[in-house]
Amino acid sequence: MNILKFLVSVIFLIYCFSSDLKAKNLEIEITKNLRCLICQGQSVYDSDSEFANSLKILVKKKLNEGLDEKQIYAYLKNKYGDWILYDPGFSKNTYFLWLLPILMFIFGGAIILRKVILKKKKL
Amino acid sequence: MKTKIFPIFLIFTFSIIFFVFYKGLQNTNVYTPTIKSEIKIPNFGAKEFFSKDKINSDQIFIGSDYYLLNIWASWCVPCKEEHKYLMDLSKKENIKIIGQNYKDNFENAKNFLINLDNPYDLIFFDNDGTIAIEWGAYGVPETFLIQNNKIIKKIIGPLNEKLLFEIKELTQ
Repeated sequence: MNILKFLVSVIFLIYCFSSDLKAKNLEIEITKNLRCLICQGQSVYDSDSEFANSLKILVKKKLNEGLDEKQIYAYLKNKYGDWILYDPGFSKNTYFLWLLPILMFIFGGAIILRKVILKKKKL
Repeated sequence: MKTKIFPIFLIFTFSIIFFVFYKGLQNTNVYTPTIKSEIKIPNFGAKEFFSKDKINSDQIFIGSDYYLLNIWASWCVPCKEEHKYLMDLSKKENIKIIGQNYKDNFENAKNFLINLDNPYDLIFFDNDGTIAIEWGAYGVPETFLIQNNKIIKKIIGPLNEKLLFEIKELTQ
C-alpha cells in the first residue's frame, strides 16, 4: 500500500512539474514574440526594462486567467498596435509586407522562365 | 527597341528604390504607439494610496466632467518637472486628477508629495506595472485626459506649457 502511495505521489509530482514547465514554455514563447517598446530591437523576453518586466508579469497573469496565445496577442495589439508583435498577423496594414516576397518570387520566376523559353526558341 | 526598354526600366526601378530609402532616412526609427483617441478606459482593480483600500476603476472615474490620469513615480525625474503643471490643473474645478503610483516605494512617494505638494484627488498603486499596460502606457510619466469614460487625449512624457494650454482648451 505504501508503495502505491509513493508511486501515486511521484506521478502526481511529475505531472505538476511537466504542466508547470509547459506553462513556462508558452510564457517564454509569447514574450519572445513581443517587442519591447523601451529598448527597441529587443524582445520582451530578452529585455530587463521596467516595461518588459511588467509585461512578463501580465502575460503570466493572462495565461493564468485562461487566455490563449492568440487572445494575448490580440489584447496587446489592441493596446500598442501591430508593432509590438515580431510576427504580425495578416491584416490590412500588413498585406504589402506578407505579399511582397511572394510577388517578387513570382515576378523573378516569370523573368527566368521567359529567358529559358527564349533561349530554347533560339536553339 | 527591346534593348532600350531594359535600361529605362532599370533606372526607373532604382530611382524609386533610392527615393524610398532616402525618404526613410529622415524617419525616426523609434516607434511610439499611435494614439487611438476615443477609446474606452480599461477596467481594473487597485489599492488606494493612503487608506490601502481596494478600489475598482469604475468607482474612480465617476461623477466629474473630466479626469486626468497621471502615471508617476518618486524616482522619475521628469515627473518632478511636470509637477507644477499638475498643481496648476488641480485648481480647476471640473477636472479631477488621478495619480497612478508606478512601481514606487510608499515612503518615497509620500515624501515626494510632502515636498512638492499633492495635486491628486486620488492616488492608487500600480506596484507591478500591469495597470499601466492596461492603459497602453509604457513608461513614466504618461497622462490621459478622460471624458465620459473615454480617453480623449494621451500624452507620453512630461507635461509642458503648450500641453497645459491644450488641456485647458479641451476642458473649457
